[in-house]
Amino acid sequence: MGRYVLRRLIQMIPVFVGATFLIFVMVYALGDPVSALFGDRGPDPATAKALREEFNLDKPVWQQYLLYMGDILTGDFGTAFNGEPVTALMDRAFPISFRLMVTALVFEMLIGITLGVITGLRRGRSLDTSVLVLTLAVIAVPTFVLGTTAQYFLGVEFGWIDPAVSPDARLDELIVPGLILSLVSLAYVTRLTRTSVAENTRADYIRTAVAKGLPRRRVTVRHLLRNSLIPVITYLGADVGTLMAGAIVTERIFNIQGVGYQLYQGILRQNSPTVVGFVVVLVLIFLLANLLVDLMYAVLDPRIRYA
Amino acid sequence: MPDQEQPPPLGAQEDAATRAVTVGAATPEPDAARSLWSDAWHDLRRNPVFLVSALLIVFLVLIALWPGLIASQDPQRCQLGRSLQGPSSGHWFGFDTQGCDVYTRTVHGARASIAVGVCATLGVALLGAVVGGLAGFLGGFWDTLLSRLTDVFFGIPMVLGAIVFLSMITLSGIWPVVLVIAALGWPQIARIARGSVITVARNDYVQAARALGAGNTRMLLRHITPNAVAPVIVMATIMLGTFIALEATLSYLGVGLRPPTVSWGVDISAASDGMQFRNAPHILLYPAAALSVTVLAFIMLGDAVRDALDPKLR
Amino acid sequence: MRGSTRNRLTGAVAGVMAVALAVTACGGGDGSGGGGGGSFVRASWGDPQHPLEPANTNEVQGGKVLDMIFRGLKRYNPETGEAEDAMAESIETDDQRTFTVTIEDGWTFSDGTPVTAKSYVDAWNYGAHIDNAQIASYFFQFIEGYDEVHPVDEGAEATADTLSGLEVVDDHTFTVRLTEPFSLWPETLGYAAYAPLPQAFFDDHDAWLDKPIGNGPYKIDSYSRSQSMRLVRNDAYAGDDKAKNDGVELRVYTDNNTAYTDLQAGNLDLIDDVPASQLANIGNDLGDRYINQPAGIIQTVSFPLYDKDWKGEDGAKLRRGLSMAIDREEITSQIFHDTRTPAGDFTSPVLGEAGGYKEGLCGDACDYDPEGARELIEEAGGLPGGKVTLTSNVDTGSHRQWMDAVCNSINNALNDTGACTVNPVPTFADFRNRVTGHEMTGMFRTGWQMDYPLIQNFLQPLYYTDASSNDSGYSSEEFDRLIDEANAASEEDEAIEKFQQAEEVLAEDLPAIPLWYQNGTAGYSERLDGVKLNPFSVPVFTDITVD
Repeated sequence: MGRYVLRRLIQMIPVFVGATFLIFVMVYALGDPVSALFGDRGPDPATAKALREEFNLDKPVWQQYLLYMGDILTGDFGTAFNGEPVTALMDRAFPISFRLMVTALVFEMLIGITLGVITGLRRGRSLDTSVLVLTLAVIAVPTFVLGTTAQYFLGVEFGWIDPAVSPDARLDELIVPGLILSLVSLAYVTRLTRTSVAENTRADYIRTAVAKGLPRRRVTVRHLLRNSLIPVITYLGADVGTLMAGAIVTERIFNIQGVGYQLYQGILRQNSPTVVGFVVVLVLIFLLANLLVDLMYAVLDPRIRYA
Repeated sequence: MPDQEQPPPLGAQEDAATRAVTVGAATPEPDAARSLWSDAWHDLRRNPVFLVSALLIVFLVLIALWPGLIASQDPQRCQLGRSLQGPSSGHWFGFDTQGCDVYTRTVHGARASIAVGVCATLGVALLGAVVGGLAGFLGGFWDTLLSRLTDVFFGIPMVLGAIVFLSMITLSGIWPVVLVIAALGWPQIARIARGSVITVARNDYVQAARALGAGNTRMLLRHITPNAVAPVIVMATIMLGTFIALEATLSYLGVGLRPPTVSWGVDISAASDGMQFRNAPHILLYPAAALSVTVLAFIMLGDAVRDALDPKLR
Repeated sequence: MRGSTRNRLTGAVAGVMAVALAVTACGGGDGSGGGGGGSFVRASWGDPQHPLEPANTNEVQGGKVLDMIFRGLKRYNPETGEAEDAMAESIETDDQRTFTVTIEDGWTFSDGTPVTAKSYVDAWNYGAHIDNAQIASYFFQFIEGYDEVHPVDEGAEATADTLSGLEVVDDHTFTVRLTEPFSLWPETLGYAAYAPLPQAFFDDHDAWLDKPIGNGPYKIDSYSRSQSMRLVRNDAYAGDDKAKNDGVELRVYTDNNTAYTDLQAGNLDLIDDVPASQLANIGNDLGDRYINQPAGIIQTVSFPLYDKDWKGEDGAKLRRGLSMAIDREEITSQIFHDTRTPAGDFTSPVLGEAGGYKEGLCGDACDYDPEGARELIEEAGGLPGGKVTLTSNVDTGSHRQWMDAVCNSINNALNDTGACTVNPVPTFADFRNRVTGHEMTGMFRTGWQMDYPLIQNFLQPLYYTDASSNDSGYSSEEFDRLIDEANAASEEDEAIEKFQQAEEVLAEDLPAIPLWYQNGTAGYSERLDGVKLNPFSVPVFTDITVD
């Protein structure tokens, strides 16, 4: 087990290099960010040149990448165009997005798995159908609509929440945004759990357990659920990164200056230090989450062993 | 790896446990495909869920191919003077912000939306299932290599990738969007497929088959795929819907379908822009409803196919 | 390490928020004169795109703050837009080229140091120098010696440290020598780039950026970058426009729609630039607490005159025809809910008639006439290849909607649903690169927000041969000559007349077609009174009173 983890950690290095290089090249391929800094006015060549020098944009892409990675290893993630160090942006954005992600993940696990188990055990019943309809609504109506509607009614009409999250982004402020963010994933989790549960109810060991006369609840939780969770856990593990990086819409609506928002701003302004810096950390989070999921396999399924 | 000379076994109908043994016995069977896939087809034809969803899909495809059948107007004919007018006789769904007929646009939007959804889902599912499935099945070095490759692609934010690709690709039509979604969407499925294959591969019947000398190809096609495919199908059917919606987001960001292509996504995002639906819900309702019905049809189809493929449910 | 920074940061933010909350909580009833009290204005803000230096700011959000913490030689009257003396006691010239500037006594920066002639000369030298890479350094291009500190050619080094045209005479006097006569130059001095800078700016630049120090009606109390800024009244302010409230709390919003919702929920007092799509409901939501007034912004559509399809006689007819095919009235009312006004010239109504704005100067070309449009385009042999595209970035400002509407209007006029298609470009940067790289093949969006309320600013930078924002590549000897004559004119009336003649050349050639004048919009809470916008669509914070 220890060796397995160590091996996986070492494997992260090439993945890390590969992913960051890919991102770097992509941001580079977007073109020259400098002329946009001048707004609707044509750039003045000398100032533009000075700015390119400041951000190393005048060098070939591989050299920019090496310079950048060299700086990262010393903890210097560069400066955003507004003059703020990228580390300062990350210091603010990641904790916020992390809290938002955890909130969403908790909703997914609580609501998604519960609904999934219930519908999986009662396939074809009316409850199953109602959940399906809800799922469809969530998929077909964009997050934007659900988010702004929830914000308007809960925030303005009923006054239960503050429509905009404060810069602290306290956990209680993140409940509604977290729920909105989790909705699409909830649909996946519910459907995945439902299928998995439905499949496993017919498995021999469940029949055996039932035949042994074990109480229904115990069979469901200990045997059925545990064995049904592998695809769900895999999904949730992969979702960690998506929830942190892909919350662009939710973060915008609820005024959360998280990772998704900063990343999107960075992309729009073609600011490679911001984009690459954020993605570097995101890739690390992806990798750790995936490692965790792989380790969970062994916990959930005793037949899986890591040497 | 391929072992064509050894004819595949019969007996996919049996219960999983007995099946492993039959498999090992390797009874010759001339028409291998029949045992699993044709049986599934046999089941499907009797499944009302399948029939309803198939009918729906046929209907949607017909509309996508010949929208003129039920909507005779030009979706591009828009008059700002009629902006946001509600439903009326002759214009059942009302007009959108630009004064275009919502009914006409909803009907004409089917083609691009369904094409993007289906093609992107197929691409993602195939790529993801192959890479993830192989990683889980082969294990060891290959697992490491393929999994880490998946990780690399996982790191790329969809929006960034889309903006980069789509501002460089100058293809017209739906293909740039399909390509981008397929290129960046597969890691999710790959992870699921790998997890699923790992679980299945540890099952007794698979172990038994392996112990009895079944080759890799047959192991994959006969024993593992049918049992591991369920999560992939479930994911894929939902993805279809989210991809149609994703196309909307991409269009909204200016990197999706190029005008004058009409799609549900384009209309949904236009309606969502700045909460215009607050005053005129009909501009959001109809394209969103069309999207829901399509996703419903595919989810039902996916469920039915999955059930038919699952030997344990027989 | 990261943890500790974060804690300090969140701690600081929490502190600020706690103070702000406490302050707003006891805000009611204290009135505007309260000493330690709480009449703070909570206003929406966007993250400034550049560091907050006077010569490094070219957009509204940064400008909003600079307008509060700095006062330069001149100030534009919030209502008339006229340049009035602020710190300047007098600006004198005999030849429209050498100016003697005398500043008033008694002004100080908020750190207590006096504002002197040197504060100005140092600031301008800093802003102009190439090594400081200031975005708005072009403002100093009229001053002699600019070419030496800021060479035009890419990669060239500066050959001087300071502008030779600036000279300190004594603590309150300095002289400015321009490269050529520019009669209206003193009128440009209200722009933020011309603000004075304290010695602290040069001594510890980073510390200054963390908490800028100026000489304006407000001083910065605390600043958390890209989150919020708290400004309090500067009691030592020497100008006339003293703040009527205790201070302003600027809050960064990720989206203006969110700010609007927060205003409805009572958590915010003032939002400027109300999202267009909310305007349909604004009467219900806010009643009359809504401002919609002209601002110095004009939106145009330009043509690639470097492309052969748009050149010559036929090109001119096409441009005129397309202009006539756009139903500006309907688009401004349906899409923009009257926050835009159909444009009839190339300037802006905020200039006023005396300032050179002339309604209807554009003539028939700006009037909707579908039949005339069709005829003209047919005469010109039809659109190039039978169709035309309209290109713009779509990442900001809901451009997509009006683009669709413009194209539909053209298509309806030409009775061909395939004539005009929208070509959205994902990012502003990409769009600007394509525009400045002369890669356009059809119509493209151009807009201009004035730097200062002068007719010159709406014409010269946009249409003079090789000017910095001449995106269409327009070049007319007659236009250039009239502009030169206008700049050299010694009387303001004469200058404006010449500028208008130049504008008529534009109306004839139509390198760009005027679409509409953009208004400034704002919505505010019941707590506020006296809210107004200046011609730059920035709220006049000093005049706001809080109940």
